[in-house]
Amino acid sequence: MGFLPFVKLGLVANGIIFGSVIALGAIGLTLVYGILKLGNFAHGDYMAFGAYVAFYIVDGLLPRAGIEGAGLGPFTFGFPVLIALPLSAIVVALGAIALDLLIYRRLRQRGASTAILMMASLGVAIAIRGLVQLIWSGDTQHYPRESRQVYHLPMDVRIPPDGLFVAIVAVILVAGVYMLLTYTKIGKAMRATSDNPSLALVTGINTKHVVWWTWGIGGALAAIAGVLLAVVQAQLLPIMGWKFLIPLFAAVILGGIGNPYGALIGALVVGVSMEVSTQWINPSYKPAVAFAIMIGVLLARPHGIFGDSQ
Amino acid sequence: MDIGGVIDYLVGFAIMAMIYAIFTLGLNVHWGFTGLFNIGIAGFFALGAYTAALLTSPPPDPEQFEDFVFGGNLAHHDVLAWGIDAWFFLGIAAAAAVCGLVALIIGSITLRLNDDYLSIATLGIAESVRLFFLNEKWAANGSKGLYRIPKFLGDLIPAENYDYLYIVVVLIVLLILFVAVQRAARSPWGRVLRAIREDEVTTAASGKNVSHFKLQSFVFGAMIMGVGGALFAHHVRFLSPLTFDPLLATFVIWAMLMVGGSGNNLGAVLGAFVVWGVWAGTQFLPGVFSDPSFRLLMIGVLIVTIMLLRPGGLLGEWRRIVARRPAPAAGRDATGAD
Repeated sequence: MGFLPFVKLGLVANGIIFGSVIALGAIGLTLVYGILKLGNFAHGDYMAFGAYVAFYIVDGLLPRAGIEGAGLGPFTFGFPVLIALPLSAIVVALGAIALDLLIYRRLRQRGASTAILMMASLGVAIAIRGLVQLIWSGDTQHYPRESRQVYHLPMDVRIPPDGLFVAIVAVILVAGVYMLLTYTKIGKAMRATSDNPSLALVTGINTKHVVWWTWGIGGALAAIAGVLLAVVQAQLLPIMGWKFLIPLFAAVILGGIGNPYGALIGALVVGVSMEVSTQWINPSYKPAVAFAIMIGVLLARPHGIFGDSQ
Repeated sequence: MDIGGVIDYLVGFAIMAMIYAIFTLGLNVHWGFTGLFNIGIAGFFALGAYTAALLTSPPPDPEQFEDFVFGGNLAHHDVLAWGIDAWFFLGIAAAAAVCGLVALIIGSITLRLNDDYLSIATLGIAESVRLFFLNEKWAANGSKGLYRIPKFLGDLIPAENYDYLYIVVVLIVLLILFVAVQRAARSPWGRVLRAIREDEVTTAASGKNVSHFKLQSFVFGAMIMGVGGALFAHHVRFLSPLTFDPLLATFVIWAMLMVGGSGNNLGAVLGAFVVWGVWAGTQFLPGVFSDPSFRLLMIGVLIVTIMLLRPGGLLGEWRRIVARRPAPAAGRDATGAD
């Protein structure tokens, strides 16, 4: 490859896989951020909760119905994870809507500031993590798995089949979100609300439905991102969602708050940078790399790489 | 448990509660006065504690397999002893300075932009500080931690009664900081901060440089947190990166400020005692109530509930208490449109 000959392509491939997980989380986060003006600190914990709901389905519910398995085709996980994926998305989507009705809607009606909303979301984040730890303990868990060969590609690129699965799921979902935002009525209403909430209201957009759809899509994407994260990391930990907040917010800020396509690009940039950085620095500094990218973007282009520079 | 044991326990409890009260005061400067959303308290906590510990601890001992490079050993320099252990104050000052400097750098990048960026940046600071001390063994012995942190005036009093001396030290520092924060809050400077919190645009329109005031507030609060970290280091006298997990170094402090009442310094101190009391007290309860996960859940529920029902906390801000008094005879509401 002509560009950056010193970068290992394998790390770039890993970065794209990791970046697609970030993207699914970041797209939901940026939609909520743009439309509801809420930087949702619980978004990472929605992811973790989604991963654990899937774990419960795979480990607790489905075996009772006699559905078990691991090592589906080239993948480490089994068929049950494919069943759990949409179910967990529905659970978290409904949960996110319920939390809005219970908490955020009341705060909005009271005219609470963005900071109060974010504070409440911090409380929600802590509560969800406590709940996850209480139910599933703080120990490491994993979906039933069998070890599998990685794909060997030219240029010393090795891709685990699970990573390919993650990337494909992400591409399908991102395409779905694109279609929804571009062609459906509710999608257009969501974009209009994100651009100008009061204008959207006076043009007769049902903001209540917009709010529900935003949380529904954000929650569902978060849950799927959580499951995929648990698949690529081959483990679940209650703290996994909180730890993921820095890359998530870095992607959102990189892409410009409220811009889902920006978040997608931002997520890939953050994911690839985090992985490629391991070529030179200790891999455990990956979150710090995401943080450094975020600070760099804030210095150079405060409104994101696609926003107006200030 | 005999009565002496109970008193010893209460003294230890009060020391921790007062150290937490210092952090809560710092957070009150950030959030209560100015509306700055710092969710990375743990970062400043760790920076303050490590700064004080590294400056005062003896140099590494290769026989103990300690492979960090620097121990300032200030506690064993005769110049700084003078019989009053002056090194202790030097360590505290350095802790405050380091925290202030980091706050200055990060604040000057993020504070001129969108408000929310600061909160995410504080999260990044906390995680980066933790990763640094975990991975860079040369800096502070990595996960094995520092465990030879000296005692302030440790020669004066037998080890088993040392807490009785340290509680006075912490009390004095807390009082000094309380008065300082209280005076700052009531000064014209503090009024500008509250004005920023309530309405940034109007404050800017009145000719105040909003981002400068925010930056000053951020640095001031971070320095207070640095002092708290230093006092903590000399109290527990063992530091490892695991000491500064978000739960006990960030979230608990938020719960304290929320319970006590943001904007009210007395409330901040009261909240620290109440929440630490509940936290320490529940560990004696049977079954699920003493489960750390359950307590984590409850802290989250507590913060949400306070946001929904009583955003002012137990005491609320002083202004609101004043507003409840009957209006003066002239029939004009003295507190204005609020």
